[in-house]
Amino acid sequence: MIPAAFEYARPTTVDEALQAIADGGDDVKVLAGGQSLIPVMRLRLAAPETVVDLARVAELRGVRDDGDAIVIGAMTTHHDVMIDPLVQQYAPLIAEATETVADRQVRARGTFGGALVHADPAGDLPAVALALDAEFVIAGLQGRRTVPAAEFFVDYLTTAVEEGELLVEIRIPKLAGEWGMRYEKFNRVAQAWSIVAVAAVVRRENGRIAEARIGLTNMGSTPLRATAVEAALAGAPASPETIAAAARSAAEGTSPSSDLNAQADYREHLAQVLTRRAVTAAAGL
Amino acid sequence: MTQINVRVDGVTYSDDVEPRTLLVHYLREQLGKVGTVIGCDTSNCGACTVHLDGAAVKSCTVLAVQADGVEVTTIEGLAPQGSLHPVQKAFHEMHGLQCGYCTPGMIMASVDLLKENPDPSETEVREGIEGNLCRCTGYQNIVRAVQQAAGEMRGSGNGHVSPAEVDTAAAPHVAAQQ
Repeated sequence: MIPAAFEYARPTTVDEALQAIADGGDDVKVLAGGQSLIPVMRLRLAAPETVVDLARVAELRGVRDDGDAIVIGAMTTHHDVMIDPLVQQYAPLIAEATETVADRQVRARGTFGGALVHADPAGDLPAVALALDAEFVIAGLQGRRTVPAAEFFVDYLTTAVEEGELLVEIRIPKLAGEWGMRYEKFNRVAQAWSIVAVAAVVRRENGRIAEARIGLTNMGSTPLRATAVEAALAGAPASPETIAAAARSAAEGTSPSSDLNAQADYREHLAQVLTRRAVTAAAGL
Repeated sequence: MTQINVRVDGVTYSDDVEPRTLLVHYLREQLGKVGTVIGCDTSNCGACTVHLDGAAVKSCTVLAVQADGVEVTTIEGLAPQGSLHPVQKAFHEMHGLQCGYCTPGMIMASVDLLKENPDPSETEVREGIEGNLCRCTGYQNIVRAVQQAAGEMRGSGNGHVSPAEVDTAAAPHVAAQQ
């Protein structure tokens, strides 16, 4: 199918983009890589009045070092994120998870910011951003504000980005100490979405797990942190038995859906198994 | 209408397009590049894969206006008229197709993969072309074709692999009934 007709704006700066959004009428969609938006428009699930294409906003692309954080431009493609030396050095979890997103053609077009602001609970990057305590820089005509990951994902396909605003960059704090990371994803066929996936970030100290941060993909309408597991692991010995015991709480406080891929109780089971595997690997065991 | 300037298979075009026009429709209907086919209409099958500035993309999931100022290569521009690209040649030699519908996209994705990884293992080929679906061959000879092409493009000549053995005898349970 072909999308419904729309007005098309192609700004070259963030300020121009914000103005185009403001001038675009009641229903404006921002086009990043288009790998979710164009399919949705082709199915006519979205028929925006105006599409604001960010392709020429050069300031939104690339990864830079900003002292205590690395900063990923919202329009940086999955491909470019995966091969970026700063990402590989400071946040290899992002590269690992991005490699599992869709397929190489989609990764060539799809963007880091686009995937996050789309906020599909089955998408891989939201749970990763949550586990890394990422910060989201949102621009509006009145200025910029920064929202922590814990407040960014509001509901199904809904984020803290308000109408008239634009996600411009994502700050990933650099981690001090000895950290390990792992993304464990379960799906059935090539290029499929996660049925469940788990992002684990673990700091070890003297044979103990000093801190664990665990993000869950597709265990509710937003990405979630497995807080019960995190609490059980804090200060615990880094042993397979401790991790296995803690991982049994992985589905606590979640509300996974039932669909063609899996029933809710099966997703709860997967969350436990994948949490055990991800934490074990991230703890270097 | 929005004006786009785009170079497709070495020829520069300046055209007015509706912003909602998909790149694959522009290529096929406005430029006559019907070597690029439409398979699934849901961004899954990869049959419509072309290169934008050398990177494989699904042209059903790109707007024609997004190709403005970009160099597009389709299956028709992969090799000079009358010759075959090593990947095209390998698909032919290794019988990497049956009905042929997925082939243009398979070849374009494979060329992109080999540029990044000139010597992929079987697993790397399978993962590298996961964005392309074939409903006939079961992928065996497609994977062999990509590895054959990789060998030829590296110039080492040791990339040769044989096509799958085809067992034309009746299956054992049929034979047992005779």
